[in-house]
Amino acid sequence: MGSKPYNEMALADGTTRAHYLRYAQWLTHQPAERLAQKRAEADALFHRVGITFAVYGQDEGAERLIPFDIVPRVLPLEEWIRLETGLKQRVRALNAFIHDIYHDQQILKAGVIPAEQVLCNSQYRPEMQGVDVPGGIYAHIAGIDIVRDDAGEFRVLEDNLRVPSGVSYMLENRKMMMRLFPELFSGHRVAPVDHYPEVLLDNLRSVAPIGVTDPTVVLLTAGAHNSAYFEHAFLAQQMGIELVEGQDLFVRDEAVFMRTTQGPQRVDVIYRRIDDDFLDPLVFRPDSMLGIPGLLTAYRAGRVTIANAIGTGVADDKSIYPYVPEMIRFYLGQSPIIGNVHTWMLRRQEDKDYVLAHLPELVVKEVHGAGGYGMLIGPAATKAEIDLFRRQIIATPERYIAQPTLALSTCPTFADGGLAPRHIDLRPFVLSGRDVTIVPGGLTRVALREGSLVVNSSQGGGTKDTWVLET
Amino acid sequence: MLSRTADHMYWMSRYIERAESLARLVDAHYRMSLLPHSGETLAQSLGSTMTALHMEDAYRKKHDTIEPRAVFEFISLNRDHSGSIFSCLRSARENARAVRGSLTSELWETLNSTWLEARSLVTRRAAQVDIGEFVEWVKERSHLTRGVTVGTMMRDEAFHFTRIGTFLERADSTARILTAHQSDLVPGADASKVPDPYQWSVLLRALSAFEIYRRSFRDVITPLKVAQLLILRGDMPRSLLRCCKEVYQNLRSVSNDQSAETERRAGEMHALLHFSRMEEITAGGLPNFLEQFLARLRDLSDRIASDFLLPPAEA
Repeated sequence: MGSKPYNEMALADGTTRAHYLRYAQWLTHQPAERLAQKRAEADALFHRVGITFAVYGQDEGAERLIPFDIVPRVLPLEEWIRLETGLKQRVRALNAFIHDIYHDQQILKAGVIPAEQVLCNSQYRPEMQGVDVPGGIYAHIAGIDIVRDDAGEFRVLEDNLRVPSGVSYMLENRKMMMRLFPELFSGHRVAPVDHYPEVLLDNLRSVAPIGVTDPTVVLLTAGAHNSAYFEHAFLAQQMGIELVEGQDLFVRDEAVFMRTTQGPQRVDVIYRRIDDDFLDPLVFRPDSMLGIPGLLTAYRAGRVTIANAIGTGVADDKSIYPYVPEMIRFYLGQSPIIGNVHTWMLRRQEDKDYVLAHLPELVVKEVHGAGGYGMLIGPAATKAEIDLFRRQIIATPERYIAQPTLALSTCPTFADGGLAPRHIDLRPFVLSGRDVTIVPGGLTRVALREGSLVVNSSQGGGTKDTWVLET
Repeated sequence: MLSRTADHMYWMSRYIERAESLARLVDAHYRMSLLPHSGETLAQSLGSTMTALHMEDAYRKKHDTIEPRAVFEFISLNRDHSGSIFSCLRSARENARAVRGSLTSELWETLNSTWLEARSLVTRRAAQVDIGEFVEWVKERSHLTRGVTVGTMMRDEAFHFTRIGTFLERADSTARILTAHQSDLVPGADASKVPDPYQWSVLLRALSAFEIYRRSFRDVITPLKVAQLLILRGDMPRSLLRCCKEVYQNLRSVSNDQSAETERRAGEMHALLHFSRMEEITAGGLPNFLEQFLARLRDLSDRIASDFLLPPAEA
């Protein structure tokens, strides 16, 4: 709070950080008109290729671009290696936690996490109790949101273990940068990311039900009106698998089939991009038109793999997040490499007292909120907004957590008046299958409005290409 | 492949083909409207064309008389009528978007940019659109789409379903155009009436058949020969015979356990045209023939839908 954010490109004295030197030098030689023209070109290309997201609540079929910024976010190799090691550690512990919760619940018995925190959580799925999943893996695809604090330390802001999205932008942003500025890539050794779909497919195949040697993998989407539809279609195409909707699948004799022009075809692995609640109308929401009746029966019988598994939400809930460092110690016997952001849990009396006394300085989040909704950013809020949250916190404190207002690191970004610092975060995608792998980098999101800390695309966020430099 | 995917592929190509057929009709009439003294013939031809397209009622709700510019705009740019060129381009793109992962990137981008251009054209300045340019553009985009399809798609089921869509739609369109002009095509039906040479050129140009007619017959244009060209010539790309042949061949490549009867009917349609002579068709009456043909075509598309595209739910 009040402290100066970490600048990704420049040191405190204004000189350029070593890993940005070459890029900064290139940038000073670019005429403004060329950059403007390249930015326009990027927009036109994204439109033509249809890299858009659907906007809810607007005209049907409204599609928008996620703004793309042409200044890359660069990470030196040693920083990335540390991040990578820390992310793998974290995701291993999270998978161990979910497995434990749906089996022996040792972590609850040991008193590390209060049992009611887990078992009374709406994201806990009793249907999963005792169900064995291939390899004991639940979160096959994890998107871990990382921020850098004013001291330059990476911290985990949020774990996304249900249906994390954004990886297609990571891939398309790289493609776009290589197309717009090929010369940059001959001058830098940027670690490639294009192999993501292949690694993903390999991982999905590796978690097929036991005994299936040549599994059929499909990607389950809610359809063309879903906001992330572009990504679903893109990934299915890149992996060469069918993009299915609920209506394309059916369950017979505890096995899942898809309707094809040549009759029913068995499905072994479902990479689903719809929430638990909509998967099986017989078990979860009965009004779901997106799901497959009977899917859970087939799943529990071990005849089909669902990725991510059902019930992973129990580990990425904001009320569970504060315990992740403890999980790492409990399951792996290691100390966490990447720390959390300090979090006050408002169901605790002393935390609540502190937060209520410091609301204008803090960020308050709803435990079940997502996408930047249901959030109070104290320093940017009006008195009325703060009072509203105060009343809500007093009424239902267990629904909230609070964190210090982080001075997210900044990266130069094109704004109306030219280059200006904007706050960024990073979402690397951690894949778990035979092994845990991460494609170098991830998706860098940038808050395009001056001073804004909200990077979500639904609220004025953009994206950048993310470079991990190999030398 | 997924039945739903096949369904979208099939409709995607049907809609693009339909947009082209409509553009050809508008183009032919538009050219005719530029000729002197074409007024009455033009209005008459436009009227019967609108009827054949089932657009007349919707048009009459907005306009009292058949006025060429209004008809052209209605068929080309109307945003509310699902049968307009504009709506067809939108439907083609919507179907493509639903299965964009199964299309080649080139094909998707072609359909997407066609739609984006059409939309910006119609929303920004519908009143100033040059109809001649617009329909020319639509034809080009359709040629491009077909070229990209043939040039980039794997020769798998998906490809065959797009081809089935294309040729079913084209057969339907040719048959409708013939229906709209059937009274002029029956030889000697009205000996006193001198066929208007422009009428013929409209018909032939709408089907890219004018030059082919000259090359095939090296003769003056007579009704019987026009009908023969558009119905029975196997080498005429938009003839009923050619379209049925393509449908049959592509259908055989996607054959499944339940499609035998559908294939048989497609084969029968093809054989019937292949071994017919014009005299036999006119003996039974051309209107009768066309009516039966359109009914068989409808039956065929229904059967294709239930065999492949929308199989009934499994127990």
